[in-house]
Amino acid sequence: MLARLVGLLAALTIALSWGAVAVAAPGAGPVTGAGDTAPVTTASMLPLQQTEAPDDAEETQQPEEPAELLRGTLRGPDRQPLSGLTITVTRDGEEVGSTVTDDQGQWEVGLPGPGTYAVGYDPAELPEGVVPREEGGEQLQGVVVRPGAAQGVIFQLAGDGEGEGVPGGGSGAGAAGPTLLSKVAQLLVEGIKFGAIIAITSVGLSLVFGTTRLINFAHGEFVTIGAVVAFFASTGGPLPLVLGAVVAIAFAAALAGGLELSVWRPMRRRSTGLIQMFIVAIGLSLVLRHLVLVVFGSRRRQYDEFTLQPAWDLGLVRITPRDLVITVLAFLVMVLVAVMLQRTRTGKAMRAVNDNQDLARASGIDVERVVMVVWLVGGGLAGLGGVLYGLTQAIYPEMGFTLLLLMFAGVILGGIGSAYGAMIGSLAIGVISQLSTLWFPASLQFMWALLAMILVLLFRPQGILGRRERIG
Amino acid sequence: MDLLAILSNSVRGAFGPEAAIYALAAIGLNIHFGYTGLLNFGQVGFMLVGAYGTAVPVVAWGWPLWAGVLVGVLCAVLLALLLGFPTLRLRGDYLAIATIAAAEVLRYLYRSSWAEPLTGGVFGLKQFAGGFYAFNPYSGPLDLGWLTFSPRALWVMTVGWGAAFLAAGLVALLIHSPWGRVLRSVREDEQAARSLGKNVFAYKMQSLVLGGVMGALAGALIGINSQALNPDSFMPIITFYLWTIMILGGASRVLAPIVGSVVFWFLLTFLDSALRQAIGTGLVPASVLVASDIGAVRFAAVGLGLMLLMMFRPAGLMGDQKELRLDVR
Amino acid sequence: MSADQATPREEPEDLVHQRAELVEEEARLQHEAPSEGASRAARALADVAAEPGVPKPDPILVVEDLTRSFGGVKAVQVDHVEVQRGTITAVIGPNGAGKSTFFNLVTGFDRPDSGRWRFDGADITGRPAYRIAGSGMVRTFQLTKALMRLTTLENVMLGATGQRGERLLTAPLRFLWRGQEDQVRQRADALLERFRLTHMRDEFAGTMSGGQRKLLEMARALMVRPSLVMLDEPMAGVNPALTQSLLGHIQGLRDEGTTVVLVEHDMDVIMAISDWIVVMAEGRVIAEGRPDDIRRNKAVIDAYLGTRRELKEDDGEH
Repeated sequence: MLARLVGLLAALTIALSWGAVAVAAPGAGPVTGAGDTAPVTTASMLPLQQTEAPDDAEETQQPEEPAELLRGTLRGPDRQPLSGLTITVTRDGEEVGSTVTDDQGQWEVGLPGPGTYAVGYDPAELPEGVVPREEGGEQLQGVVVRPGAAQGVIFQLAGDGEGEGVPGGGSGAGAAGPTLLSKVAQLLVEGIKFGAIIAITSVGLSLVFGTTRLINFAHGEFVTIGAVVAFFASTGGPLPLVLGAVVAIAFAAALAGGLELSVWRPMRRRSTGLIQMFIVAIGLSLVLRHLVLVVFGSRRRQYDEFTLQPAWDLGLVRITPRDLVITVLAFLVMVLVAVMLQRTRTGKAMRAVNDNQDLARASGIDVERVVMVVWLVGGGLAGLGGVLYGLTQAIYPEMGFTLLLLMFAGVILGGIGSAYGAMIGSLAIGVISQLSTLWFPASLQFMWALLAMILVLLFRPQGILGRRERIG
Repeated sequence: MDLLAILSNSVRGAFGPEAAIYALAAIGLNIHFGYTGLLNFGQVGFMLVGAYGTAVPVVAWGWPLWAGVLVGVLCAVLLALLLGFPTLRLRGDYLAIATIAAAEVLRYLYRSSWAEPLTGGVFGLKQFAGGFYAFNPYSGPLDLGWLTFSPRALWVMTVGWGAAFLAAGLVALLIHSPWGRVLRSVREDEQAARSLGKNVFAYKMQSLVLGGVMGALAGALIGINSQALNPDSFMPIITFYLWTIMILGGASRVLAPIVGSVVFWFLLTFLDSALRQAIGTGLVPASVLVASDIGAVRFAAVGLGLMLLMMFRPAGLMGDQKELRLDVR
Repeated sequence: MSADQATPREEPEDLVHQRAELVEEEARLQHEAPSEGASRAARALADVAAEPGVPKPDPILVVEDLTRSFGGVKAVQVDHVEVQRGTITAVIGPNGAGKSTFFNLVTGFDRPDSGRWRFDGADITGRPAYRIAGSGMVRTFQLTKALMRLTTLENVMLGATGQRGERLLTAPLRFLWRGQEDQVRQRADALLERFRLTHMRDEFAGTMSGGQRKLLEMARALMVRPSLVMLDEPMAGVNPALTQSLLGHIQGLRDEGTTVVLVEHDMDVIMAISDWIVVMAEGRVIAEGRPDDIRRNKAVIDAYLGTRRELKEDDGEH
């Protein structure tokens, strides 16, 4: 038992020691130190924090939240909400609070009292092609808040080069007025890109399940950690992002392998129940995610390379070179995985273990080695997926968990345990979630993906490629 | 370091309203997992519909609070039926993923602009529980010198712990009845129960509804306690808290969720207070941790606790290690 | 997920105990030549022709046109088969003949592609498993399904049907079901006594040996008061001493009027206790008859000769 503990600690030390290095590394560019965690986000994850406040011994009848607040909704010129922007509120040059816009573009900052405040955001965080409508429009001075008021704040944004901008109102009332066809095509492209990223992350999830029957709830953390390591190596460190991504892949793979050695293999040796292992995986995911939160902070951040790129107009659709490269790269990786599974010895062994572990073992396959390779490959792919997702969206500690549920959806859609099923299912999930924004609010896009998964379970409980189990 | 302050905070945490509320929700989860073997990872979804079911009628239609609580319970029954029909036939691990996804779907839905007229969307609802505090029988605080509870907290605690013990009592009666025997047989082997003429699906559904209603009542109490609701308070992590509480106490033990919740909140508040003091007094330098990191450290500690419990003492504080070894799943 | 990991192992005391039992049982079987139940069954089946699908004078189970295929392979393709009430009917056949699938289909644990079947005169086609069990056709499993974390007594008590305390609304009101519970417990104790499991009464079933679990499963099935018991390889994984005891119990059931259908591999066992034998191969019924008919049946010999090696391997598996 002692050896187990030591092993576990060793694995955690990897994560921690990396964390310490990262803290020591000086923040660069728009990044500030890990310390300025946005308090609003943290509090919202823990509902009872507010009432608990151990410092005030005497709880009062008054509502705990400050009565005065500033709030608003940040929308781009196309009326799409802008998420992940940091809003900072200051009074007399002193910061009184900050928050990050949620995926509806909404934000809210509690104030210490009535008064005059300045509110602003960092224009560098705006997506490409979006700028403040007026110069200096990212800072609003002299916002007066009356006692008890929830004061709304409007930031006006415009498309890059539009100068005058578009009048608020009609949705999608761009200059040209995109046709339905081009909108669908654009969303399809976005969906395939998103789905391809989910696909390369979910391959590992599915392969690990196939070879060990473990539902690795901590798989999403490999994604987050990949993105974060690449961030500290490139944006916060000396390397270009491409090399940073290589470091990230290596780190995520090493972490996955280390955890296999220190946690999963010993548990399998003791023939621990699968439910027990599943719950351990949940605990592990909590540990890893919140270590990242401590080290990285809760803010959404961006890599400082490849962020602002003019999109290529391909007629029906527009795509930035970055997104094109990401999509092609993701598909390339999928093809590589397929080739590995079909052609290489290790890949064939993986499929054999996936089909029937006992038979594979009996025919001389070193199952433990195969499982190890699966972890390394799966972890590395997840790390790469994290970098790609961070490039297209943002880097934040919850990203892995958000993606994890979508990975589950993809894996179950395609049939759990099958690498190809995971890829196809993930692509479908990406497309579903993007296309849904055609008719429904963007904040609900993940909801449709999850609903699709529940529907699949309803009509084909064993998954699309699954088989009915024999009874008795 | 002011040890007394840390201890008094921890004791307040251990017996405060949150501990009672989480105990109640964990009792529901214990019916699901501990006695029926259902891997429900969406308990927070039941809490969400319970909380909003309670608050919405009060805020939107001016109904009395008790009617709201009733609506909350009905919402939980409805959710259990909606969730159960597609998912209860699934293998255990699929059920876990389906339930966690369902809870997230609900959160997305309640915070969406569609639901905003009723739920207040991301801004949530506030000040709807006046009807509860109007009945507060406590006029003064409980003052033990080193520890005080306000009358308001005392009232929530009375109702919360009262509900938790009533629920535990009900579970005790049920589990030691033939109904409970069938439930436990479903946990052990569905096919065997079926071969003996038991309608396994119906029992699973009853279990889901019953535990879900307890989750909903806990959700209603969360809203009443904080007088404020926000869909983003109902993150999946709440479910993981409940699992930790249940396993800490010892799954399939009647009083385990209550014991688990008290111990859990004691440890959690202890960690929180101690860290706060350590940072405040400079014992932990700001280069390592700052006050705003404490929340994250707490979550990490919960995760680590859950891992170690499951690896080294899966039967929890009250469970029978020998009994657990018989579990071959 | 729940492969029967607990290896069947017999305690030394158990073995001694069972040894004595075996001697006793053999003596009984030799002296009291055919039991009353056996002669009754023999008389009832006397005029029945030994051919596949033959009608019986008083069938309790009638199966027609039952098919089930797995990925293109027809696992079961039974045109017509009847089971005579009050007999021990054995279903035999080489490995992969579709015996277990047939059991699963008839008892509602698997859904057929087509087919109808009647039990005790009522059409029960497509009924859920629990309702089929409730109507008096109870099965056991090839891999025993002991309810590990219930006591032996609880395992058996679970089998009783129509328990008032099994409804959610009456369960908390003990006074409504206490009397019935006492009766159920008495019956369960009697069954434990009969199967010599009384010493395990308050132990978790998970602590039992493989053979004891077989006994427990049979006792539990009897608690349902079935008119037809379907036993899926009741002797598999049981030591020879206990096999005799199990055989005695099975014959005892028949003598009390319960119909028994069993799947078994051990030919000696089959020939010794069966009143009627149904032979399956490749999903079809290829022969039916009394043990003597089957011994002489050419189709059966062909089927077995063709697969003798396979049969051997299969025996080793369990």
